[in-house]
Amino acid sequence: MADQQPMEGYRGRAAEKLGEWRVRTWSEVCVVNDAGSEFIGVILPRSETFDDLHIVLKQKTGYNVGIHVDRVREIKELGYKKAEYKIPEKEFPRNPGLPAVTLLGTGGTIASRLDYRTGAVIPAFTPGELYGAVPELADICNLTTKKIFGVFSENMGWPEYCQLAQAIGDEINAGADGIVIGHGTDTMGHTAAVLSFMVQNLPVPVVIVGSQRSSDRPSSDAALNLTHAVNAAANGDIAEIQVCMFGPTSDSYGLLHRGTRVRKMHSSYRSTFRTLSDIPLAIIDRDNQTILHPDYRRRDPSRQVKIDAVYDDRVSVLYYYPGMKPDLVEALVEKGYRGIVIAGTGLGHVNKPLYPALKAAIAQGVHVVMCVQTLWGFAQMYVYDTGRDLLDIGVVPLDNMLPETALMKLGWVLGHTDDHGEVLKMMRAPVSHEITGREPHNGYIVLQGGLPEVQEYIAGHWK
Amino acid sequence: MKLIHSAPLDYEKIGLVVGLEVHQQLLTDHKMFCKCPAGLYTNEHDGTVLRHMRPTLSELGEYDGTALMEFKTRKNIIYLLHHSNTCTYEMDDTPPFLVNQQALDVAIEQCLMLGCDIIDEVHIARKQYLDGSIPTGFQRTAIVGVNGKLPFRGRELSVTQVSVEEDSCREVSDQAHLIVWRTDRLGMPLIETVTGPDLRTPEEVEEAILLIGRVCRSTRHVRTGPGASRQDVNVSVAGGRRVEIKGVPYAWLAPALVHSEAWRQVNLLRLRDELHQRGFTKPEDIVVEHADVTELCAESNLKVLREEIWQKHIEHHDWRPGFELGKGRFCVRAVKLPGLNGTLNWPTQPDLIFADELRGRLRVIAGLSQQPILVQSEKWPVYKDSRQEMRQLLKRMRCGADDSLVVIWGPEQDTLTAVEEIRLRYVDALDGVPHETRQPLPDGTTDFERILPGPDRMYPDTDSPPTMITRERVEGLQADLPSPPWERYERYRRAGLPDNTIFYLIRRNGADLVDEIVAKTGADLRRVGFFFGEELKGLARAGVNVEAIGSERWLEFFSQAQARPLIWEDRRQVLRTLAAEPEADFEDLLDDLETGAPRDWQRRLDDVLATEYIKHGAAEPEKRQRYYLGVAMNELRGMVLVADVAQALKERFNG
Ligand SMILES: [Zn+2]
Repeated sequence: MADQQPMEGYRGRAAEKLGEWRVRTWSEVCVVNDAGSEFIGVILPRSETFDDLHIVLKQKTGYNVGIHVDRVREIKELGYKKAEYKIPEKEFPRNPGLPAVTLLGTGGTIASRLDYRTGAVIPAFTPGELYGAVPELADICNLTTKKIFGVFSENMGWPEYCQLAQAIGDEINAGADGIVIGHGTDTMGHTAAVLSFMVQNLPVPVVIVGSQRSSDRPSSDAALNLTHAVNAAANGDIAEIQVCMFGPTSDSYGLLHRGTRVRKMHSSYRSTFRTLSDIPLAIIDRDNQTILHPDYRRRDPSRQVKIDAVYDDRVSVLYYYPGMKPDLVEALVEKGYRGIVIAGTGLGHVNKPLYPALKAAIAQGVHVVMCVQTLWGFAQMYVYDTGRDLLDIGVVPLDNMLPETALMKLGWVLGHTDDHGEVLKMMRAPVSHEITGREPHNGYIVLQGGLPEVQEYIAGHWK
Repeated sequence: MKLIHSAPLDYEKIGLVVGLEVHQQLLTDHKMFCKCPAGLYTNEHDGTVLRHMRPTLSELGEYDGTALMEFKTRKNIIYLLHHSNTCTYEMDDTPPFLVNQQALDVAIEQCLMLGCDIIDEVHIARKQYLDGSIPTGFQRTAIVGVNGKLPFRGRELSVTQVSVEEDSCREVSDQAHLIVWRTDRLGMPLIETVTGPDLRTPEEVEEAILLIGRVCRSTRHVRTGPGASRQDVNVSVAGGRRVEIKGVPYAWLAPALVHSEAWRQVNLLRLRDELHQRGFTKPEDIVVEHADVTELCAESNLKVLREEIWQKHIEHHDWRPGFELGKGRFCVRAVKLPGLNGTLNWPTQPDLIFADELRGRLRVIAGLSQQPILVQSEKWPVYKDSRQEMRQLLKRMRCGADDSLVVIWGPEQDTLTAVEEIRLRYVDALDGVPHETRQPLPDGTTDFERILPGPDRMYPDTDSPPTMITRERVEGLQADLPSPPWERYERYRRAGLPDNTIFYLIRRNGADLVDEIVAKTGADLRRVGFFFGEELKGLARAGVNVEAIGSERWLEFFSQAQARPLIWEDRRQVLRTLAAEPEADFEDLLDDLETGAPRDWQRRLDDVLATEYIKHGAAEPEKRQRYYLGVAMNELRGMVLVADVAQALKERFNG
């Protein structure tokens, strides 16, 4: 936002009109239209996706209006005040008795302030800024922050994963008692999975956190999520890569999910993250943590973290659908892809016309693995003929590994070796519970709304 | 020290200025930003959500006044959901869907009716509300038109802007730290019409509310019934500040509320002068001292000061820690107000004093809610040994003759918040009238609701794209627009209809039918207006099911009545038949009625005269003629025109 052009977003006729009256974005103006109405306010930048026919004004009353260029009779500049995006810092109080937590920033805004003049959201990130926005953090830890990079979550990729893994290693070696990673939620699950492979033998918790309602909103889940995450990093006993997000959609408690088993399950709910085919690691709130999963790696500062940040990005997921044509597989092979994760139907199936293409791919040294698009449950290809055929061809089942986790792992494994046998061995050997031998009966619970007993349950609990 | 109590006020002299924000629900199928049905209310729920509102940092990196206050209250907010009228949008778990175009159309209609300049590109903004009334923490709202006006008492009432916005939740309960809302009304489309500060007396306020209500109804696309329209009344006097009385449910309540608020401001300005005179001018001049006096009051005869009574209070209301209940142990706190003796009893609104101003703030901000919320030395309650107990407390706090004392009780944390709030209210008093919103009470007084937020709480809604309002769209709506009420009023008045009848027709939407009948049948406006405005009520009272007669039927009736005056004269009988057989063919029904003059009617008239003459020989000729006409018409109505009978009578008497 710092180096915006004077005509931000305006083009064509709107830009012409502004030029004609020698005004620009952030000019404080009085616009008179053909009906004699006067609009006094600041010219706001305009989204480039909108038309070139309107000038947007934030009026003194706070309301925004768009004025059609054809109706403009006069624009008087009353002043000019460029928006300054800066949050006054307050010093984050140091308390020698509290644990040291490092917050690594990747680009998502965890805390922010709003510029009421323009409506812009300004991220708060330094400890001082965060202290101004979420003062509760000072009761939990001594906070250090490091901005690793600034990208939207959908723009995260392999280079960023490696950079992030290195940063985690550095912070742990520098003595952090816990790490929190601020991250957009869209691909948070992918990052959690890949870090589970790249960062091993953790001595302290690494907690990934974000928000489903941005922090410029009074109802945002950001501050509470951040508080939970910092608590988990500072005081938690689980030395693994975890995702910390809302349990219910209510402001109640958060859940700690294992990095390899977590998935975003709703496009917009606060309680969108769920552990699949297993139960979450723990319940967490501001003050307490309740361990749910008996099997986790405990905090042990003497343990030496191992950073293994390698990758090969020539990997992809094929989401199988009825009638899929073999040319998709052929195209991937032709383009040089080295690994393919199939999200198959049922227990791990695809149709017959794909067989020859898969056979050819494997013959060329491409590693083809199978997960299930049902998300819950196992790829058990020995049950039906179709599955047995695929096994014969050389497609390797990954049991109950989630498709996204499998993709991340395949890229990471291919960073180590291209040897077919070695790749398959590594893929099938769990690093961090990405394959579990068994699925507990409470590992799959998707309650069906509308049923009397479910309604009764819902009536008695926060949604 | 001159104290002013409730009495008539010279509104011009005190510089009373009032403006309105009139909210009117729209008659749309769906809500404003989602596809939930509009207007479907429920009193049960099948899901609950718990939330809190956290103020967002403002430009200076500080929380603004309202935000800070709301955060201090640390309210737990519960939403009651029912699947029939609430989706994930209302829960703030899904971004808004595209704005309801039907609602936008009605808002444009309202703008056109008020002569507003329509905004070319409508932008949705967010207006922060941290009281929980909207789960997002802000209301989505957009200006649709500006600079309108409407004729009012021979002058113009300016309309600053018309906006379209989503309605808020309905409050279910508000106890200490827990507020409960129902989401059925949330998201209903509203239009808000904002007038300029043009009103000068309480009576004008009522009239303006009714006038704007008539304009809204004239669009034919608004909801009616309880809660469908509510207004905020902005009041100030010279030297005072704009105070917003929020959600006034009835126009008739407005004059009393405005009067009370005018008094309040006048009295608060006098209190300001008094404080200045005593040397309190700057915030730091107000110093309060406080102490925990729980022990001292443990055996008090004023029961609310005793812990066991507090415990009973909690049990009785079923208050839960972490929900209704504030933090800390039970605590009685004495607050000394040095040099402020006489200010607690300072009158404000009729029958209310400055201590009530403190009560309002402590209830809302500190979460103290056990009545009477505070007791104070200038009006100490009377009970056994009350004087003695008060003296004990005054002594404990070392209060002199110039000092006052306030005692509060509740969870410790809340009593501490309360001390600070008492100080802040006195700091505000140095400046006269604080910017605040107040809730209307049925007795015409108001109570504190919250600090009035400034324009700083508005910012663009990044979730919604703007909507371009094309000329074609505006022209299309303009073409179908019913006439505005004042235009109608003028037309009806010129036709000779009385005011009451006109307002009744406009309010009940009968005016549309009247205009349609006049336009299509050529009937006389005065006749049709009077019929629907007055006569119809009489028919209904007489047991005629007028509801059964549809608008098509009315058109038929009036066009027949135009052509055959006899039908009009016999309308009571004709309509009785029409109402009884709404499905029957109109012509057939008319055939069944005796219409057309019988050949022997002159002879029948003579018969009537012969029998009645004996009874009524003596009266003067004019009176006699009128009497005979009445008697004769009882027999001949629907068969012979009144005018013909009258003429025949005249001939007999004069001839
Ligand atoms: Zn909805």
